[in-house]
Amino acid sequence: MQGASLTLRDIACRRGDNLLFRGLSFALVGGQALHLTGANGIGKSSLIRIIAGLLPAYRGSVEREGAVALLDERPALDPHLPLGRALAFWQRLDGPEDNQAARLGLSDLMDVPVRYLSTGQKKRAALARLIGQRAPLWLLDEPLNGLDAKGVALVETLVAEHCRGGGICVIASHQPISLADVRRLAIADHAA
Amino acid sequence: MSTLGTLLLRDLKQLLLGGRRGGTLLPVLFFIAVAMLYPFAVGPDAPVLARTGGGVLWIAALLAAILPLDRLIEPDLELGLFDQWTLRGISEEMVIAVRVLAHWLSFAPPLMLAALPGAALVGIDGPTLRTVELGLLLGTPGLAALGVTVAALTAGLRGGAALGGLLVIPLAVPLLVFGAGSLATGGESGLALCGAASLVLLAIAPFAGGAAIRAGRG
Repeated sequence: MQGASLTLRDIACRRGDNLLFRGLSFALVGGQALHLTGANGIGKSSLIRIIAGLLPAYRGSVEREGAVALLDERPALDPHLPLGRALAFWQRLDGPEDNQAARLGLSDLMDVPVRYLSTGQKKRAALARLIGQRAPLWLLDEPLNGLDAKGVALVETLVAEHCRGGGICVIASHQPISLADVRRLAIADHAA
Repeated sequence: MSTLGTLLLRDLKQLLLGGRRGGTLLPVLFFIAVAMLYPFAVGPDAPVLARTGGGVLWIAALLAAILPLDRLIEPDLELGLFDQWTLRGISEEMVIAVRVLAHWLSFAPPLMLAALPGAALVGIDGPTLRTVELGLLLGTPGLAALGVTVAALTAGLRGGAALGGLLVIPLAVPLLVFGAGSLATGGESGLALCGAASLVLLAIAPFAGGAAIRAGRG
């Protein structure tokens, strides 16, 4: 994970006729985490998708060094498959991983079809997929939604560990997240 | 396992008989139903049935291929799978190409098998059946490519399934003209042109489908 970096220069984002924000710049290197804050609809998810390269920026440039892993509101797991097999699909693409299931509280759910999982359980399953990708750049879009207090603490631990290992983490969340040395960026400061 | 193999295996599990997206059974039943209804509508006039039966099988096959359209691309788009593939460097073009193959495997061989009882139902003779089967073999890859492309174009649109059907029909006309046309002339040039039309559609599909998925993001 050495050498991961993320640089945004003068990013502006337009959705339809609305300019959501402009002049947004920041740079992160391995080991740093950034918390994007702001009310609903201010453009947090759009910014995450711009960083991921899934949405073109209206203006500005994004430079990424290292692979990107994305966690958003969609777990990207086949709903009808048992959780174990749905995760196995991504393992075949990402390569085998050390088993995180027990830690994420998923061990007993491996035979349960994904569509029967609760919101929080789906989020944990998506986290397992995210970790399995072993990408240095984590983009988390509202990772705390649907998680209980234990789940929130787990996400905080995972992010801290990821950064200690030299990874970068960008978290978009309207909820507070307690992390040591996390930088905060309020998108409202750049609202157009 | 390679990326291609992993993707193809997942697609086949979803699309084949017993898979969640049931791409096999519905088109086959529809195809047989049309072949069964046709003699009722036209009447028991054996020469008329024998002369027109091949063409009816072709139309039935074309319409049957439209049935699974809405389940080809849209569910994966909604699940966020395409975004995850893109982040892993798996291009949309590759996913679409694999899906064309899986879609073809899930509907064309069963349809060609169903053409055997279908031929008996509309009363066409052996050589005609042979031409129909050859035509289907050459034409269905093009139909699969067209179906996946249109499914990618209409994914996420309201009423996308109905619109998809309407888009496929005019674009499938060359396949039908050459494929079913080979029955009338009994010539092989029709079959060759049907195969050529198929190849063109196959060549375009991954790029058109991939571009459609990227354009639909946002």
